[in-house]
Amino acid sequence: MKLKTTLLATSVLTMFGGVASAQMANDMTIVSWGGAYQNSQLKAYVEPYQEMNPDVSVVWDESSAEAVAKLRAQDEAGNLTWDLVDVTAADAMRLCDEGLAMEVDHDEILAPAPDGTPASEDFGDMIVSDCFIPQIAYSYTFGYRNDVAEWNGNEPTEICDVFDLETFPGKRSLERRPHNNMEWALICDGVPRDEVYDTLETSEGQDRALAKLDEIKDQTIWWTAGADTPQLLADGEIVFGSTYNGRLFSLIVEQDQPVSMMWDSQSYDLDGWIIPAGLEEDRLARVLDFLYFATDTQRLADQAKYISYGPARKSSAPLVSDHAELGIAMGPHMPTNPENAVNSFVQNYEWWADYRDDLDSKFQAWLAR
Amino acid sequence: MSDQSLTSSAAAPTPSNGPMLAADGTPLKKSLNRALRRQKTRALMLIAPLLIFILVTFIAPIADMLFRSVENQIVSETLPRTVVAINEWEPEETPLPPNDAFEAIYRDIFVAAEEKTHTRLGSRLNYETTGISSLFRKSGRAVDDVGERYVDAISDALPDWKGAGPWAVLGDAAHPALPGYNDAWKDFARVSTASGDDPATEKPWELLFVALAEELRAGALNEYDGPLGTELAQLSTALEPVAPVDYRAAMVEVDEDWEDPDIWATIKTYAPPFTPGYFLNAADMKYSADGIEVKQESERLYGMLFQRTLLMSLTITLATILLGYPVAFLMANLPMRISNLLMIFVLLPFWTSLLVRTSAWKVLLQQEGVINDLLVWIGLIADDGRLVMINNATGTIIAMTHILLPFMILPLYSVMQTIPPSYVRAAKSLGATNWTAFWRVYFPQSVPGIGAGSILVFIVAIGYYITPELVGGTTGVFISNRIAYHISTSLNWGLAAALGSILLVVVLILYWTYDRIVGIDNVKLG
Repeated sequence: MKLKTTLLATSVLTMFGGVASAQMANDMTIVSWGGAYQNSQLKAYVEPYQEMNPDVSVVWDESSAEAVAKLRAQDEAGNLTWDLVDVTAADAMRLCDEGLAMEVDHDEILAPAPDGTPASEDFGDMIVSDCFIPQIAYSYTFGYRNDVAEWNGNEPTEICDVFDLETFPGKRSLERRPHNNMEWALICDGVPRDEVYDTLETSEGQDRALAKLDEIKDQTIWWTAGADTPQLLADGEIVFGSTYNGRLFSLIVEQDQPVSMMWDSQSYDLDGWIIPAGLEEDRLARVLDFLYFATDTQRLADQAKYISYGPARKSSAPLVSDHAELGIAMGPHMPTNPENAVNSFVQNYEWWADYRDDLDSKFQAWLAR
Repeated sequence: MSDQSLTSSAAAPTPSNGPMLAADGTPLKKSLNRALRRQKTRALMLIAPLLIFILVTFIAPIADMLFRSVENQIVSETLPRTVVAINEWEPEETPLPPNDAFEAIYRDIFVAAEEKTHTRLGSRLNYETTGISSLFRKSGRAVDDVGERYVDAISDALPDWKGAGPWAVLGDAAHPALPGYNDAWKDFARVSTASGDDPATEKPWELLFVALAEELRAGALNEYDGPLGTELAQLSTALEPVAPVDYRAAMVEVDEDWEDPDIWATIKTYAPPFTPGYFLNAADMKYSADGIEVKQESERLYGMLFQRTLLMSLTITLATILLGYPVAFLMANLPMRISNLLMIFVLLPFWTSLLVRTSAWKVLLQQEGVINDLLVWIGLIADDGRLVMINNATGTIIAMTHILLPFMILPLYSVMQTIPPSYVRAAKSLGATNWTAFWRVYFPQSVPGIGAGSILVFIVAIGYYITPELVGGTTGVFISNRIAYHISTSLNWGLAAALGSILLVVVLILYWTYDRIVGIDNVKLG
């Protein structure tokens, strides 16, 4: 298979001589999540880019959720069909570890900020892996129904209210994986925030987190898709639930449901691009050209017009403007907004890369009990 | 028809003692065999295209996937020197391997980091012992500096050794007095060539400096008669005052986990090219240096999931029989006009997207859903006592029974259509009651349809995962959900393959039992 491709590529190259290697491919397959998020990428990055390069055509593949497995399969089959893949930071790290994503020099391939700050400084801590080109910061946070009669007018203000079934009775929804839930449980069990991960490394700490979660286990619906919590909140199935902040934004602001946001102890996560390892030269040239444009300061700020996720560049923050259709200011709805960012924490990716397998099997065994 | 029956029946009427002969003089047995073989070959040739197609596109990929459940070459391929160095080491006797092993792991990780395969091995071993993933990632980053003092000493003594020239000369000579260097050079040449560079002009790795320095320090020059002899003598003198690198201390400085006996024991346990580790893991056991042990109660998962998958699939199969039998009976016995309409009702959901049907059940079954609302409105249940019918086993059983119902109804219907109505009429005319006529005459003839439907429904149900994932909550998920998780999220394909193999074997055993009890010949699709 590989030999055949090489032979084919060599013969094509000899036919066109040196011209082929300098050329950029005109087709690009971009992998993303579908829905509102992909739409924001289309509007903010792809459409403006296509206006500048009218002969470029873009095919979307909505496979980001299975990107890791599919990329590995493509790699093993020796048939790489994707050019640019949108993944979460944790997946980017895994793809980098597996050698499936290309390591990049951020300063070399990305535009500096308008004031000349190199890209690596402008993105700062967001670059969590050598393969990862950050795009947005989103967060896992809670939404609650603000019309629950049993709450007697109380409204939850802090993370531990999730565990308080007396003041805030009703069903909750949490994600069906250990990430964030274990951290929140420990914080509410009295572990200082900076000791959460150290505590979780020990098996006593893990039991402690699960014991805390036990308190609300029979009142909890465990979600797997980001759309679950908004739907459950809208139907009144639950009174309290965690999900991506952007989903809650559209539920509250765009669909006008009786739901409010609780930003306390939101957990940041990142989403961004990776370039699959082993792209042919012409395809790589096109991808790099697109990426340079799509990750510059203005483009990242533009994306926030369409979805309430915070741009990953520091220099983009002041440029965030109003929602493209509703006309409201997007600043206050960003997870990175200083008012919302009180008490927030960033998931420790390196830590989770180590403990994911172990904790997940423990967590699933606990769930099944 | 078997050969034996042919020969025995042919031999019986032979009057003489000799074998019976065919027209051309060959023994009849032989010529018959030949004719049969020719027939068989012809039949085989006819199905060959299909057979090859199935082999290539179905059997081979499945076999390849299942083979991953024991495959484990990644350790010995990525850490070849270490695997040799710890071969003799017994973890029970000394907690840490000999110092050689630390030098070996330094060299292996150096090469692996250049090839970017160390993190891949890290994730592989992290499935067994938590923490190895970051240990390897960290070591790959820091391993460059371990031999710094050798690099400095050599470049200070002979500045042009900073470049590629002399290293390639030594490497090409491959002198037997420098085995460690030759080994390192081989890796260097391989990695450079793979990335499209010429090893003769590439900047030399630090590992080359280290490997050469170690050879010179060990007195390799005594037997050396290859090229660059004077330069090597010079380097040997320059290296004399340099303190030797303590690889163990250096690796521990990179990450203190290198002093953790568990890490080394894991590498040792998983060094062989094949491992039972994945299968043991799939059976809720752990394979470690101390042998095989059962996991703690709080970590056991798969046995329970297998059991649940089988039980729930069985329940679903029974439910489809109970619900499907009357429908199929009506369809087979009502006038064409009405039975066609019924058929459309059966097929319509069959053609609707699985996700749509599953989501529809969510709307119906949830606590604020249509059914609960109705029950509260009628007054059957109180508003605060709404039934929990979804996100648990009940939800999975209801939704999957509905989804799999056509798989039961269709074979039942096609079998029932072939049952002549005159049999039941005859039974009744002989004095049987309606029930007796049905139970003694009609039902036995419809059993092959039940058999076919049950096999279809059961086997489809056992591998289902989308519906349980969406409506199963925590008590209604199947083993296939975990397989899907390991394929697409944790990337632990070995464990997924082991779980899949076990599931396949369980299904085959059940099929075999079914064949023994019911007989697969009694299954009819029409």
